[in-house]
Amino acid sequence: MSQTPHASAAPAIELIGVDKRFGAVRANRDIHLSVAQGEIHGIVGENGAGKSTLMSILYGFYQADAGEIRVDGRPVAIPDSQAAIALGIGMVHQHFMLVEPFTVLENVMLGAEGGALLAKGRADARAELERLARDYAMQVDPDAVVGELPVGLQQRVEILKALFRGAKTLILDEPTGVLTPEEADHLFRILGRLRDEGKTVILITHKLREIMAATDAVSVMRRGEIVATVRTAETSVEALAEAMVGRRVLLRVEKGPARPGPARLTVENARVVDALGVERLRGVSLTVRAGEIVGIAGVSGNGQSELLEAIAGIRPLTSGAIRIGPEMAPPSPALVRDMKLAHVPEDRHRMGLVTRFEARENAVLGYLKGFTRGVFLDRAAIRERCMRDMADFDVRPPDPSLRTANFSGGNQQKIVLAREIAVDPDVLIVGQPTRGVDVGAIEAIHRRLIELRDAGKAILLVSVELEEVRALSDRVLVMFDGRVMGEAGADATEAEIGLMMAGVERGAAA
Amino acid sequence: MTPAPLPRWVDLILLPLLNLSVAFLVAGLVVLAIGEDPLEATRILLYGALGWGEGIGFTLYYATSFIFTGLAVAVAFHAGLFNIGGEGQAYVGGLGVAVVCLALDRYVQWWITAPLAALGGAAFGAAWAFVPAYLQATRGSHVVITTIMFNFIAASLMIWLLVDVLAPPGQMSPESRTFEAGGRLPQLDGLMALIGVDTGSAPVNLSLILALLAAWGVWLLIWRTRLGYEMRTFGANRDAAIYAGVSPLRITVVAMLISGGLAGLMALNPVMGEQHRLLFEFVGGAGFVGIAVALMGRAHPAGVVAAALLFGVLYQGGAELAFEKPAITRDMIVMIQGLVILFAGALEFLFRPALGRLFAGAARREAA
Repeated sequence: MSQTPHASAAPAIELIGVDKRFGAVRANRDIHLSVAQGEIHGIVGENGAGKSTLMSILYGFYQADAGEIRVDGRPVAIPDSQAAIALGIGMVHQHFMLVEPFTVLENVMLGAEGGALLAKGRADARAELERLARDYAMQVDPDAVVGELPVGLQQRVEILKALFRGAKTLILDEPTGVLTPEEADHLFRILGRLRDEGKTVILITHKLREIMAATDAVSVMRRGEIVATVRTAETSVEALAEAMVGRRVLLRVEKGPARPGPARLTVENARVVDALGVERLRGVSLTVRAGEIVGIAGVSGNGQSELLEAIAGIRPLTSGAIRIGPEMAPPSPALVRDMKLAHVPEDRHRMGLVTRFEARENAVLGYLKGFTRGVFLDRAAIRERCMRDMADFDVRPPDPSLRTANFSGGNQQKIVLAREIAVDPDVLIVGQPTRGVDVGAIEAIHRRLIELRDAGKAILLVSVELEEVRALSDRVLVMFDGRVMGEAGADATEAEIGLMMAGVERGAAA
Repeated sequence: MTPAPLPRWVDLILLPLLNLSVAFLVAGLVVLAIGEDPLEATRILLYGALGWGEGIGFTLYYATSFIFTGLAVAVAFHAGLFNIGGEGQAYVGGLGVAVVCLALDRYVQWWITAPLAALGGAAFGAAWAFVPAYLQATRGSHVVITTIMFNFIAASLMIWLLVDVLAPPGQMSPESRTFEAGGRLPQLDGLMALIGVDTGSAPVNLSLILALLAAWGVWLLIWRTRLGYEMRTFGANRDAAIYAGVSPLRITVVAMLISGGLAGLMALNPVMGEQHRLLFEFVGGAGFVGIAVALMGRAHPAGVVAAALLFGVLYQGGAELAFEKPAITRDMIVMIQGLVILFAGALEFLFRPALGRLFAGAARREAA
């Protein structure tokens, strides 16, 4: 299955027998990877498959325990990121490493100022930036303040930063997580252009469709190993998914039509102003009925988090109203729970779990009331509940005393989901149910959500994975800048939804 | 990806011992530098603290105070709060103890006074922690700043009370009158004699038993009650606590009240157990030692008791050492204390990476 090396030159990057351990965990084992000059090479794999570790070794954050790295055919040592940059390796991180109050120019020249006085370096940088923008069709105003740019442009600044430092090989780590579909397409066009100009690109992602759309070759990682390297043209989404998981997976969610009942959750003209005085929700109204899944699509940071937190009682509304059934929902997470509304938070590490706790302690987070005898905890009952949840959701390992941090992302998410539906809620609000969750667990979680819908629960689903929203939802609402831009049926096209995600009103698009 | 966790015994026993050894090693170098023999100094210190009955009695007396103040810091720590105001809370707690004793000592037996004095000490200590707690919860004023400021306010308040209110007329020293028998805790010399230790005139008293009960109570609170669960949740992940319906205001205030109350209980030991009067600056730094004790004990009650005993040894042995070797002053003990805080607290992770590599290496060899 291995590809033939580029005929004219040594591979841009070559890894031979790279091994990396963390304690007892073997994060990378015997990695052989060859990335040819001037190709876009995708690396896919589930969370925890070792993609990030591998790239961190290449960028000098970690040292391999064994094996050799070759750049342009020469064996090299990469003790730190400075060395990586000197070898022409640039990295665009998933979370941007930008100084927001600085201008584009200042960000680009940061760390490469070329002397104690800025004037000359600044002029040189400006000229270079203009050349790069021209050569690669990556226009961006050098004097714009980075914090005020949309994320798509911020990412462009990150790429320019790497190119400015003379990167010949560019590593992008999950670059599309924060982009609209259209922005992602634009990014892929830029990457194509870079390749045509002779740059080499390594694209790390877990989205198989991006691999198909953007890459020339793809390597699949599973449990620290590279299990396949193929030309993209010769493979398919199904084959890649199978290689990632090690078995056949069902990519489509099977579900029957919804049979919606009465309204269970109503949001009326909700407004939220955050601590900085920024209006995060600008009058959102929506209704979720029993037996249906309403999905909220949108690029992250457009008010979805605030909406979920407002409904859950964590964030008070500045105006508007939220009703659970016919009753007004009070701004208190405990009281909202009493009204049979369950909440799977977007970020399980920040909010949904206490990772330092044992699994059983997290199994009752927020529901302690039913697990006490006087002032004391009913430890037997807590343990029993945790065991039942774990059996119900096939959490592995099924050990209630294991620290939560030691479970994989998918199993952590199962613990949260199990906890929230164990109390048989009427309304379930779910944020990013499958973020950082492996493909096998995604399947299980999706199936579960559909079952809950069919059991008559009202479900509000927020996800930045457009595919997920479309696959699960009976109705899709698109949020942009704190507002609902419009509603799309389950049959709406991705382009239609994508336009609304970019802030184009429904109807205006037609 | 983070390095694999260390085995539990390494984390809980080897690492603190290693930190402690380094602290003593550095202290030994200082002893060497002032021209004394560190080994002999160690011998005098250990003998003075543990080698004879009265020494043991004094060691336990000091340890009693440190258990209370250490628990105070540990409880707040579990709720993510760093209460470094134990000194002031204990000082004001002494006022609560003294008020009860002064009111009752002439009329009732000690066993009637004692529980009320304990309540008084805890209540006054808790009250002194309330204002910083409330300010933290509602205004975001950091307890590290406010509690330490409250130490100074407590010192000023107490000196005024001792000089102008509590001191009997005609007396020059800033202290209350001496309590009668009804305001004195019994010594534990009888109990100690049962296990063959003659503590002589050492002031170890009933509050040691209360301190051990308090340690058990804190363990119950933290790991067995709903309140303790909520405190730990709040301390480990504030957002998750709010998500779970825990009120930050309530938990901050309650945790600090318990913490201040424990610090206030410390006053029983010197005020009702030893001096039988309220003295100027009777806390004598025990509030600050409590920080070191809690850090060393990893905020676990059993660890706190062990660390309190260690500091008791240091205090008593140090006093003997200063007596025998005039070149080594009590400041030396303060320095050792500082080194312990440095290595057990601030540099807690100094040896962790190396140990991590060591044990990862061992695991790898095993696997191979």
